[in-house]
Amino acid sequence: MWLYILKRLVQGVITVWFIATATFFAMHNVPGDPLLNDRAVTESIRANLEAKYGLDQPLARQYLIYLGNLARGDFGISFTQENREVNDIIRHHFPVSAILGVLAVVFAAVGGVLWGALTSLYRNRLPDYVIMFLVILGISVPSFVIAALSQLALVNLNSLVGHTVLPVAGWGTLSHMLVPALVLGLGTMAYLTRLMRSSMLEVIGSDYVRTAKAKGLPATRIFARHQLRNAILPVITVLGPAIAAITTGGFVVELVFAIPGLGRFFVEAVQQLDYTVIMGTTVFYGAFLVFMVIVVDVLYGIVDPRVRLE
Amino acid sequence: MTGKPEIQLTEQNFTRRAGRQLALYAVYSLLALIVLVYLLSLVSGGSGLSGSAIDADSNTITISLREEPPQLDSGRATDAASFVVIAHTMEGLLGYDDNSQLVPGVAERWEIREDGATFWLRDNARWSDGKPVTAHDFVFSWQRVVNPATGSEYSFILYSIRNAEAINNGELPVSYLGVRAVDDYTLEVEFERPTPYFEKLAAFSTYYPLREDFFNSTNGRYGADADMLLYNGPYVVSEWVHNASMRWEKNPFYWNDKKGFLDAINVGYITQDVNAKLNLFKDGQIVDTHLVAPMLPSAMEQRWHIQLFMEGTVFFLEFNHRDGRLTDNHHFRKALQLAQDPAELVYKALKEASYLPAPSLFPEFIQGVNGPFRKEYPPPEHRLNLAEARRHLELARQELGLDEFPPLVLLSGDTPVAMVAAEYYQALYKKNLGLDILIDAQIFKQRLAKMTSGDFDIVLAGWGPDYDDALTFGDLFASWNLNNRGRYNNPRMDELVRIAQSSLDPKTRMDAFGEIQQLIYDDAVIIPMYERGWSYVVDPRLKGFKRRSIGPEVDYNYAYIDVDGE
Repeated sequence: MWLYILKRLVQGVITVWFIATATFFAMHNVPGDPLLNDRAVTESIRANLEAKYGLDQPLARQYLIYLGNLARGDFGISFTQENREVNDIIRHHFPVSAILGVLAVVFAAVGGVLWGALTSLYRNRLPDYVIMFLVILGISVPSFVIAALSQLALVNLNSLVGHTVLPVAGWGTLSHMLVPALVLGLGTMAYLTRLMRSSMLEVIGSDYVRTAKAKGLPATRIFARHQLRNAILPVITVLGPAIAAITTGGFVVELVFAIPGLGRFFVEAVQQLDYTVIMGTTVFYGAFLVFMVIVVDVLYGIVDPRVRLE
Repeated sequence: MTGKPEIQLTEQNFTRRAGRQLALYAVYSLLALIVLVYLLSLVSGGSGLSGSAIDADSNTITISLREEPPQLDSGRATDAASFVVIAHTMEGLLGYDDNSQLVPGVAERWEIREDGATFWLRDNARWSDGKPVTAHDFVFSWQRVVNPATGSEYSFILYSIRNAEAINNGELPVSYLGVRAVDDYTLEVEFERPTPYFEKLAAFSTYYPLREDFFNSTNGRYGADADMLLYNGPYVVSEWVHNASMRWEKNPFYWNDKKGFLDAINVGYITQDVNAKLNLFKDGQIVDTHLVAPMLPSAMEQRWHIQLFMEGTVFFLEFNHRDGRLTDNHHFRKALQLAQDPAELVYKALKEASYLPAPSLFPEFIQGVNGPFRKEYPPPEHRLNLAEARRHLELARQELGLDEFPPLVLLSGDTPVAMVAAEYYQALYKKNLGLDILIDAQIFKQRLAKMTSGDFDIVLAGWGPDYDDALTFGDLFASWNLNNRGRYNNPRMDELVRIAQSSLDPKTRMDAFGEIQQLIYDDAVIIPMYERGWSYVVDPRLKGFKRRSIGPEVDYNYAYIDVDGE
C-alpha cells in the first residue's frame, strides 16, 4: 500500500507541475495588462513596476524563475494587494474557505446519506416524493439564488424576533458559519441524496441482502451492515472531488455572506490579471484537489476491504 | 416455521425497524455535527464582530467597506477603499470641512505666490506615537512619491512642483525637488509653473506626510498592516484582519476637536454586494448603504429617508482620434453626436434614478469664479437632430470616399450598466443612422489595455475628479495627457489648457474652461452620457455623515451619534 501511495504522490507532483505550466502560459496569453490602472502612468514608472514584478524579462526566463520559486514554495507578491505575499494570502484566507468547505461537505455527506437512505426505505411513498422534489430543487436552483434568499430569510427572521438570532453576513463566530455552510453544501447534498438512493435500491435487491434476510438476521443489522455500508461506497468515491469543488467553489457564497475566504481571490485575481495570485491560487487548489483524490482512494481501500491498493 | 408473527421479517416491519435505526443514526450525526461545529468555531478565531450599527454606550458605529484596501500607503494609494481609510487616519496640509470648504489641516496658514508657496505648520499636530508632525515629514513624503523607484501612480499630481516631472522620469535625483523645510514648521515650495490651485492639490492624499525614521523601520512593508503605519489623522487603525474587518480608534494625539467625535469605527464587513449591504442595513448591522434602482420602491415603503448625492464622475463615449479611424473624421463624429440624446439613455434605458444626463464633461459640483461653473458657463444646448446628423454623415461619406461605412467597434466594460448603455447605442445608431456597431465587452484591465493601445473606434469611458478644481476635468484632452486615450490632438485645446493651468486670474482661467467646454461640443471630442449619483440611506441616529466627490467617497470624520434622532 505504501508503494501505491508513493506512486500516486509522484503522479500528483507531475500533475501539479502540468497545471502550473499550463496556467502560466495561458495567463500570459490572456489579453490585457496587469499593470494598467485608471490613471495612466509615465514610461519610467511603468518600467519600475515591470522590474518589480519581473515582467521585463523574456517569458521563458520568467517561467524558469517562476518554477524555481515554486519549488521553494514562494508564490511572490500580489499585484493588487501590494506588499502582501501570495503565501500570506493563502495562509490567511484558505483556512476560512476550508472551514466553510469542511462544514458544507459534512452537512452534504451526512444529509445526503441520511436522506438517501430514508427515500430508499420509503420508496414510492410520500417521504420519497417530498424529498426527491426538494432534491430536484436543490440541484437545479443555483447557489447564488439560494444564498440571497436565505440571507433575506435571516433578515426577516431577525426583525420578527426583534434581535439578531443569526447574523446576516460576516465571519468569526459559530453563528456566522451555519447558514453559509448549509447553503454551500445544499447542491452537493441533493446530488448525494440521489446517488445514495439509487445505490441503496441496487443493494436492497441484491442476493446477499436476500440471503441475510433468509438467515433471519435482525433487521437493524441487515440495514446497517449489509445495506448502508455497501451503498455508501459510491458516495465516498465522489466525496473527494466534492470536497475540492466545494472548497474552491465557495466564491458566490463567500461574496453574498461577506466571508473572507480564498474563493474571492481565486475569481477576482483573474478579472484583475493579478498574475501572482492567479498562479498561487490555481496551483494551490490544483495540489489540494490532487491530494484529496489520493486520500479518497486510500480511504476507499479501508472502507471496502475488497479493494486492493497496488 | 416456528417464528412468532411479530419477529417475522415482513417488508413492513423491516422498514419500521430500519427506519428506527436510521433515526438513531440521524440523532448521532446531529450530535456529532454540533460537536464539530463547536470545535471549528474554536479554531476559526475570527474577530467575532457582531456589534450593532450604532452602539451609543461605547460611542461606536459599524460600517462596511467596498473592498479590501490594497495597502494604506498614502503616497501610492489609487483606489476608493484606500482613500476612505486614509481620509480617516491621515491628514494633509489642508483638508475639507463638513461643508466641503477648504480648511487648514496640518498647515495653520499658507500663501500661494506665482513662483511658489509657503505653508506654516501648526506645532500641535502629532503622529500617533506622540511625536510632532514637521515640515521634514512632507519633504520626505513628496520626494518619495516622485522617486521613480516608488512607482506611485499618482505622482503626476505633484508635477507642478519644480523638477517633479524630471525626477519622476529618472532624469534628476530626488534632492532636486522644489520643496524644502526652512525649519520644523515652515515648508517652502517652488513651482515648475504658476499653479494658482496648489492649495487644492495639497489637500490630496498623495501629498500627505510620511516620517522617514518610521518608514525605514518597516523594511518596505509600509502600509501593509495596521502596525506598519503611522497616523496623524482623527483615527488610527487598531486592528486590520485582511479582507474581513478593521477597527479604527480615536487617535489620542489628534489636535482638532472639531473632527473625530466617535470613540471607534468598526469596519465589520468588506463587501461590494449591494444586496448583502442592504440586508445588513435592514438588520441594523451597518449605519449606511447605497441603493440601486430596484431597491427604491421597497425602501420608500419602509419610509426610509432616501438621500441623493451626485458624486461627480462623468461617463462619456470617447472617440478614437488616431489617424485612419473613421472617428477621426469631424463630420462622422458630429453625425453620431446629433443622432443621440443622453436623456433617453438615462431615463429610458438605464433607468437608474440617481443618474443624471450629462450635458458637459464638467459635472455639477465644479465651481466657477463665484458660483457653480455650469451656471456661469452654461453647457452648449444639445438637441437630437436627425436631419442634420444624416447631413454630416453624408459629408463624412464623401470626405472619406466610402460607399458604405464598415462596422464600428464600441469598446465597453462588462458591468451591467455598461452593457445596457452599449446595447442602447448599438440599437440607436442602427435605427437613426443605419450604422453597424460591434460591441467589444471586456474586463477592466483588458478594456484599459485596448484603450491605451487605441484598439477601438468608440469606448465607454468615465472620469472622476481628483481635486476640487475644474482642471481635474479640463486638462483631460490636452495632447500630452496620458489619460487622453483617444489621442485627441488640437493645438487650440492645448493652448486653452495651458492658460487654465497657469493663469493667476480666476476669470481668465474659467473663461478658458468655458471655451474648452464649447470646443468639446463643437468638435465632438466626446459625447457625454451621464453623471453618476448615489441613492443612499443612513441610520437616523447617526448625524454628520457625508458623501464626497473629492477625497473619500464616504466620510465619518464629522459623524456623531444622536440617539434621540429617530
